[in-house]
Amino acid sequence: MKANSVLRSAGQGGRFPAPGFILLLMTLLSGCIVLATATGAVQIPYALVTKILLNRLPFVDFSGWEKAHEIIIMTIRLPRVLLAVLVGGGLAISGATLQALFRNPMADPGVIGVSSGAALSAVIAITSGLSFHHYLILPFSAFLGALGTLFLVYAIATRQGRTPMATLLLSGIAVGIFMGSILSLILTRVPSIETFREIFFWLMGGLDGRGWRHLQIAAWPILIGSTALSFFSRDLNLLILEGEGGAAALGMEVRSVQRMLLVLASLVIGASVAFSGTIPFVGLIVPHVVRLMIGPDHRYLLIASFLAGGSLLVGADLLARTLVASEELPLGTLTSLIGVPFFLYLLNRDGRHVL
Amino acid sequence: MITNEGMTLKKVSFFRKGRSVLKAVDLKIKRGELIGLIGPNGAGKSTLLKLMMKIWKPTEGSITLNDKNLEEWTQNRLAKQLAYLPQNLMIESAFSCKEVVMMGRYAHLKRFERESKEDALIVQKAMAQTKTTQLSERLITELSGGERQRVLLARTLAQEAKLILLDEPTANLDPHYQLDLLNRIESLVEKGLTVMMAIHDLGLAARYARRLVLLHQGRIVADGLPEVVLMPQHLKSVYGIEAEISRHPKTGWLSVLPMKVA
Repeated sequence: MKANSVLRSAGQGGRFPAPGFILLLMTLLSGCIVLATATGAVQIPYALVTKILLNRLPFVDFSGWEKAHEIIIMTIRLPRVLLAVLVGGGLAISGATLQALFRNPMADPGVIGVSSGAALSAVIAITSGLSFHHYLILPFSAFLGALGTLFLVYAIATRQGRTPMATLLLSGIAVGIFMGSILSLILTRVPSIETFREIFFWLMGGLDGRGWRHLQIAAWPILIGSTALSFFSRDLNLLILEGEGGAAALGMEVRSVQRMLLVLASLVIGASVAFSGTIPFVGLIVPHVVRLMIGPDHRYLLIASFLAGGSLLVGADLLARTLVASEELPLGTLTSLIGVPFFLYLLNRDGRHVL
Repeated sequence: MITNEGMTLKKVSFFRKGRSVLKAVDLKIKRGELIGLIGPNGAGKSTLLKLMMKIWKPTEGSITLNDKNLEEWTQNRLAKQLAYLPQNLMIESAFSCKEVVMMGRYAHLKRFERESKEDALIVQKAMAQTKTTQLSERLITELSGGERQRVLLARTLAQEAKLILLDEPTANLDPHYQLDLLNRIESLVEKGLTVMMAIHDLGLAARYARRLVLLHQGRIVADGLPEVVLMPQHLKSVYGIEAEISRHPKTGWLSVLPMKVA
């Protein structure tokens, strides 16, 4: 398959040493966090932001700032920024996982239908009025929708104890489209324009109004899932290099590894989508960008994708809330607007097409 | 207890997509053998190797390794006994050769374990044995066919299995690399490994393997010394060719010269 060759990096020329690149990404992410926390209606100096943030670490003792600044940073901006890190990182790391699992460069959190499942049940929660009762009902129904869709797709694709990945991929896409259609049908029946707007912004993705209480819940599945995924780096290397048969011959219990990867990826995707709405692009392109930079070794690729995805979403969210004063732009749109040109530039770098 | 070291296939049949691919195959592989598996395209050679590697399960019959049914082996423990090099492996991910060879250690590493110095030494040794050390840092996707096959053989060695199954290891290689690879395989067998390889070139098969297994339409039609298996009537009924079999006057190697389609 020709498209598969995008999974191959552009070769050694232009490749960075992976550990150095990861260090660079960590610096980038920290920079993005400080920048995003400092910027807003009230501009706070970067040095001050850094001090206030570092002050939270053990054995660090800074002082000498206005209480108001600390409140803006700690209660309003920081939780939203950290949630952006988790959501962006989670989408990117699960995208990288799915691309290796399906050996398909087009795989992203959307392909197994999990995102559409989350979107559909979120929209049902909004239109039925359930979501107004408690702030957690919306994310929880989205999360359940995500996992429910995974099991549905897995059950459809399983015959006599076997689950061919190609069948799973196609079932996932089909179920995703089906759920998208139900969603459109619901949209045409939405009674009030306010509800419609709320649904629309949820579908476009965004982190408006997210705070510590959301972060506290979202952090667990995303961090646990991502950490667990990183322990499967060697397995992902085997799967992407030569597929199921070869991996089995090298000693992998392929079916149980595949199932584990699907559950972990869906856990992370479900939690990300639940708290941010659907954000396209991050899970698809960020792993490719990272792969172009450092190559396909998942021991580095997964963590680097997490850091890069986190940085991208923090940056995009910063633009979403500051580009137009006193108005929120849809986050999902911005990630694509920033990311796609950058990705296309990388693809065509040195006049060399990777596709 | 008498342990029967090696692999035994009893009445193994295999159906795939409604078609019978293998029919009542009986085969016994003993330690230290170098077996050439020959037969025309579609005879079932690759299928047989995949069944032996537990990638597919036989529809009927049983396969045992060291007197234990394959069903009872976990893929992980099996990979420590048995290594497999698939045919025409499509490789599109740009891993370095060293990383590829290190993947041979997968079965020996626990999930939370890192590759140790010992693993690195085993990889080094496997690459030295296959003369691929100088390729360590090169990307596998950039190599020529011959170099790639040698790197993959190194990975098979890094697996430290006693029985190695090779599916057309010399396909698409030029004569130099063909001989080079087969010499290396021969020297592995001299060191005590057991090898079974599917191979198309009958002359090379006869020269390197001391035992040939001839597969035709899913059945073993001949099994034994090369001169017994490579008889003109076999070649006629199996390959549909008339061939002259001769011995080289100096080396004594068999050569098969296809004359015409029968």
